[in-house]
Amino acid sequence: MANESDLILEMRDISKEFPGVKALDGVSLRVHRGEIHAICGENGAGKSTLMKVLSGVHPHGTYTGEIFYNGHLATFNNIRSSEHAGIVIIHQELALIPELSITENIFLGNEVRGRFGVDWVAARQRARELMERVGLQDDPDTQIKSIGVGKQQLVEIAKAISKDVKLLILDEPTAALNETDSAHLLDLIREFKSHGMTCIMISHKLNEIAAIADSITIIRDGRSVETIDVPPGERVDEDRIIRGMVGRELTSRYPEHTSHAGEVMFEVKDWTIRHPEVTERLVCKGSNFFLRRGEIVGFAGLMGAGRTELARSLFGRSYGTYVKGQIFLDGKEISPKTVEQAIELGLAYVTEDRKVLGLNLLDDIRTTVVSAELHQISPNGVVDRNAEFMAAEKYRKELRIKTPNVNEGVVKLSGGNQQKVVVAKWLFTEPEVLILDEPTRGIDVGAKYEMYGIMNALADQGKAIMMISSELPELLGTCDRIYTVSQGAITGCLDVAEATQEDLMRLMTLIPNTTKSAA
Amino acid sequence: MEALKKLFGGSLRQFGMLFVLVALAIFFHLMTGGLVITPTNLMNLINGNSYVLVLAIGMVMVIVIGHIDLAVGSVAAFVGIVVAIAMRDWGIPWWAGVLLGLAIGALCGAWQGFWVAYMGIPGFIVTLAGYMFFRGANQFIGKSLTVPVPKDFQYLGAGYLPEWGPNTGMNNSTLLLGLITIAVLVWMQLRNRRALIKVNAEVPPFWVTIVRIALLAVVVGWLTWMFGSGRPGTSFPVPGLILAALVILYTFVTQRTVTGRHIYAVGGNRLAAELSGVNTRRTYFLVMLNMSVLAAFAGIMFVGRSTASGPFDGVGWELDAIAAVFIGGAAVSGGVGTVIGSIIGGLVMAVLNNGLQLMSAGSDVTQMIKGLVLLAAVALDVWQKRQGKASITGMFARNKEAATTTPAEAGLLEEQAGANPTEMR
Repeated sequence: MANESDLILEMRDISKEFPGVKALDGVSLRVHRGEIHAICGENGAGKSTLMKVLSGVHPHGTYTGEIFYNGHLATFNNIRSSEHAGIVIIHQELALIPELSITENIFLGNEVRGRFGVDWVAARQRARELMERVGLQDDPDTQIKSIGVGKQQLVEIAKAISKDVKLLILDEPTAALNETDSAHLLDLIREFKSHGMTCIMISHKLNEIAAIADSITIIRDGRSVETIDVPPGERVDEDRIIRGMVGRELTSRYPEHTSHAGEVMFEVKDWTIRHPEVTERLVCKGSNFFLRRGEIVGFAGLMGAGRTELARSLFGRSYGTYVKGQIFLDGKEISPKTVEQAIELGLAYVTEDRKVLGLNLLDDIRTTVVSAELHQISPNGVVDRNAEFMAAEKYRKELRIKTPNVNEGVVKLSGGNQQKVVVAKWLFTEPEVLILDEPTRGIDVGAKYEMYGIMNALADQGKAIMMISSELPELLGTCDRIYTVSQGAITGCLDVAEATQEDLMRLMTLIPNTTKSAA
Repeated sequence: MEALKKLFGGSLRQFGMLFVLVALAIFFHLMTGGLVITPTNLMNLINGNSYVLVLAIGMVMVIVIGHIDLAVGSVAAFVGIVVAIAMRDWGIPWWAGVLLGLAIGALCGAWQGFWVAYMGIPGFIVTLAGYMFFRGANQFIGKSLTVPVPKDFQYLGAGYLPEWGPNTGMNNSTLLLGLITIAVLVWMQLRNRRALIKVNAEVPPFWVTIVRIALLAVVVGWLTWMFGSGRPGTSFPVPGLILAALVILYTFVTQRTVTGRHIYAVGGNRLAAELSGVNTRRTYFLVMLNMSVLAAFAGIMFVGRSTASGPFDGVGWELDAIAAVFIGGAAVSGGVGTVIGSIIGGLVMAVLNNGLQLMSAGSDVTQMIKGLVLLAAVALDVWQKRQGKASITGMFARNKEAATTTPAEAGLLEEQAGANPTEMR
């Protein structure tokens, strides 16, 4: 496979500077024809910038260095010119239009022309062929918004192959997918490879990279550190990749933690919630669970199993319609009906998707940190700016938020530091029960490790932590107990000492029998 | 240059629109042979524009929460006619008229706020309906006639402060006002500094504070002299005083109170605000209500100035107010904008109007130029954002004293660097 002469792409000594920062500093990348080439690196290492240089988002002339594509010097000025050459990039954030159909999305900007305008009959026919190639069985007239993220990702890929792609670049293709959809996607990429397509894949999920990549280039701080060629049939050691990414030995991916779980602190009984729009659908079906003081309890489940819905409905009924159920805090029943009350009672919910739900990106760090409990520092409704500054400083130091000062806008922070700001905002409310929804999604290995450390410290302070995560190894590495959720019901509870990924997966895919849901 | 930067706490660009304002005034002053920066003309400027500036105060809050209010002109006219008729037919005193007007404004605002906040109808639609409804209501109640208002009511729209005390060659009320202003500004600068020291934040060198104080004193002193040395019997105008009071009040509310924080939070990211315990509906309701109260204020001031309420009062005010807000650096997408910025935006428009008029340009040319200026101001802002630099918007940054632009550690800038700069908003 590693045929030296057959390079489809060679990027030589690419440097790219933005005002005040050198994003790429002499990166080189060699991709062989027909291979799956993974690019790894921490957030901010420059992976996305490199791909933007390649696809012409940063046009020729705005960077230094040379790109050879199929042996010729490439000078792409925009995405169109790189697509014309057969390079298609699928971004992390899907670029589909929810209101349009699958067919319309596939051919958006590349319409099948007939004699009068668009030939929809032919377009639909072609769409069906493309969808078959990616394993989508839906009606091509289905609106994008009515299919799940997994299928949307497949539509993106169908769109890409409709353009006669030679080199497919996937930026975090499985970040939003559950295990089944991810597995399907990886199979698909392998199949494309067998048809001779070349793939570049950026991913944080090292197990996927290990499973699929033929070679791996590691980028750190804007420089290419090394390229690992994986011999056919072998698996690269994940720790090896991590070592390259962080530039040091990471002895363990999860910090050591001894649990000091105490008595039951937070208990939910028979929690039943209706879908906000579809009234006959229950998103929580009589859930029973409890958290002990000082305990980290994981919630595992497939995408759409209802974990976020459960968390948000507990958090001041901010999702769905309440049907029945009770919440007990320290043995006393509480019923937070608004987010404000929930915060008052000592609940905190660190949202998934910090950019959409967690942060006001126009704000700076200091105003964000205090934003969920402004009254605490605002006698008579007037914000005490000194108290605000000191609170923000305190959390900057405690959580080690990397920033020149707390007046910095949150938009300038890296993903991991943004997540820390969100956590700081909730710690400022002095919660007893902390719900973390996908707290490590989209942040790099080092920041993840720090986040686990913060969780452990909080648990040791006697707080109860409910952690929702789609990464099973992470749950197994950090939690004391794990509940599994499937189709809105809790299907099991395992002690982490005796749980395996297989057990969890089995319970997560169980079709629940609502009459006797496990506790 | 470095010194100037320190002085203005951050980049000079932050003060861009203020410089534009001053430059415009000087430009027109020179072009008209010295007609613009005179006591009489400045008083006219204030008197003739204060009602639109009052509207801009409310409008910036509406725009920050991501809505728009098209009904302000109609509400102002409606309030004006009700107040005028109430005073004529029932003989209520002027202060009762003002209270009645504000109460009616609050009712109009509650009506619009109800539909926006609790029924989830976009402000554009609700206030478009209000635009028609309240215009009609004005003409229905006033039978499309002009109704005069009593003399003491006119004081609010075109009055001057009293003359008293020794002959200083200036209006003593204005002089006193100026001195008090300077004293307050000095006190605030020093207090600010002490507060920074107390929490060990980065404190600017002492000479910066001194020079700042001196600059402020010179500016305020000069304004005092300008307004105090006009014709005998004139002073800093009453509408200007009302405007100044409102600007101070609302700057405080938006920048320093919990309510203000909630307004920016809802505008910046509604979902995140909701999940942080902000009552978004109540915020929408209050902002819409407040806008109409300020519209009532504007209506009252305008009626006072024009000595009567008529069926076509307030036509087009909503657009002037919206233009002022956007020139002042607000973002169409919400979450960004300040009261001070909007006032400066409004003054830019006012000076343009006034200057062109004095150059005896017709209203046709004036309109065309105003249109282009609006476009240019917003385009400049967008362009600067695309450069990845601070925008004019940040000009009166919500925490001016803190806007130290330390170049961030390279590692931190990854997202900024990696992201397509146009997506940075």
